Amino acid sequence: MNKFFSNVKKHYKYCVYQAKAELKAEIANSYLSWIWWILDPLFYMLIYTFVVVIVFKNNSPGFPVFVFIGLTAWDLFSRTVQKSVKTVKDNIGIINKLYIPKYIFLISKSFVFLFKFMISCALILILMLIFKVPYSLYMLNFPLIVITLCSVAFGTGTILLHFGVFIEDLSNVTAIMLRLLFYFSGIFYDIALRLPKPYSTCLLVFNPIASVIHQFRKAFFYRTAPNYILLGLWFTAGVCLTAIGVALIHKYEDSYAKIA
Amino acid sequence: MEKAIDVKELHIKYKELKKMTVKQSLLHFKLNRTEEFEALKGVSFSVKKGSILGIIGKNGSGKSTLLRAISGIFSPDSGSVNLHGNTVSLMSIGAGFQNKLTGFENIILSGLLMGFTEEQIRDKAAEIIEFSELEGFIYKPVRTYSSGMYSKLAFSITALLRTDIMLIDEVLSVGDIRFREKSGAKMREIIADENRTVVIVSHSLGTLAELCTEILWLNDGEVKGLGEPGQIIPRYEEYMKRL
Repeated sequence: MNKFFSNVKKHYKYCVYQAKAELKAEIANSYLSWIWWILDPLFYMLIYTFVVVIVFKNNSPGFPVFVFIGLTAWDLFSRTVQKSVKTVKDNIGIINKLYIPKYIFLISKSFVFLFKFMISCALILILMLIFKVPYSLYMLNFPLIVITLCSVAFGTGTILLHFGVFIEDLSNVTAIMLRLLFYFSGIFYDIALRLPKPYSTCLLVFNPIASVIHQFRKAFFYRTAPNYILLGLWFTAGVCLTAIGVALIHKYEDSYAKIA
Repeated sequence: MEKAIDVKELHIKYKELKKMTVKQSLLHFKLNRTEEFEALKGVSFSVKKGSILGIIGKNGSGKSTLLRAISGIFSPDSGSVNLHGNTVSLMSIGAGFQNKLTGFENIILSGLLMGFTEEQIRDKAAEIIEFSELEGFIYKPVRTYSSGMYSKLAFSITALLRTDIMLIDEVLSVGDIRFREKSGAKMREIIADENRTVVIVSHSLGTLAELCTEILWLNDGEVKGLGEPGQIIPRYEEYMKRL
């Protein structure tokens, strides 16, 4: 693990520069440029709101904010996971030229996604004003929620990065798993209200994404304290996943260049 | 004389080479090790600081693998590579640029990866841009570059951001006739530097005979000859004719 931290320290500048350059390139290469970072989550929110409010006729107050919180957290997780599988393939040019710890690529990608996540979070604040969801002091729990989400996403990412090199169609499988997880994470419905008792508790405890999103909503939407124990447990689990993933990468990364 | 590179009994195997599908990996839990190929079978040599080593050998004899092992991209399956703390960079075809990003950003990123600080790179950036003759394009994404421009930029970065040890894989000069001369001259300048240790893989025996202080002949992953260019190159030429 010490090796991990010294490597991150050594390549930190690279990560930051890479992330910035990537964000800049995104701006330079499309007409609406950075507006997409706002429009993208906004339109998805509108779609789900339409489906739930108009089609399923379930009109609870502030529903767009409810959906938007779920989508924001979900996007950070699913983007990280989707990218992680192809990390080595995407950077094979660099990998074939010099040695670099492979999770460095994932870290710099995470910075990109984290930046978009922050924009999305700023939008949550604005939407809360528009839909009259009052601010509360519970929102100060935000850093805890973000750290937990990041550790779970990054931990899953490092492990998938490793197996993505050896298993060619892993990206198909992760796409399906992500879709499944999406519907079981209560992005556009409240698991606690919609599902019968044993199932809802199961999902909220054992599905890290559902769990984090629920805590996120507690702090921002329901104005109650999040479940600190649950957050702490999932944070620890995320750190463990990261430790396993990093150990796998350290052990096998030299053979990545030979395979990919 | 101080040594710069020590290679001892180096073995490199390309194993687990087969990629699998999810179905296969569920059926056999272990990684598939059936296709094993030994690219280097116990190679030993050392290079003195400031000297120039040429590596020759027919296609598939393990030359590029050896360079990658020295640069640290591959770790040895057994044996060792000791660089005595020198920094190292590998020059090869296909630069590992990111197509979405601009030429300038790629200069900084390549430099950071090679272990330079951002200030050092920025100091050198003007020189790199001038040498690559890409002034008008340097703030455009690399995907808009022609293949010639691409290789010019790659060449300029490694030629101007210099490491203690430089490994050169067939890239002695790039671009059109004029740039070829210019880059060839630059390469000679780098190689002639007494503090720089250079390892060159090339098929142009004339150039190697002229530049190198020593020649290593690899054949099917084994050292077939190691010595002065005047001794090794004629033997190699004769061997290749008989094939």
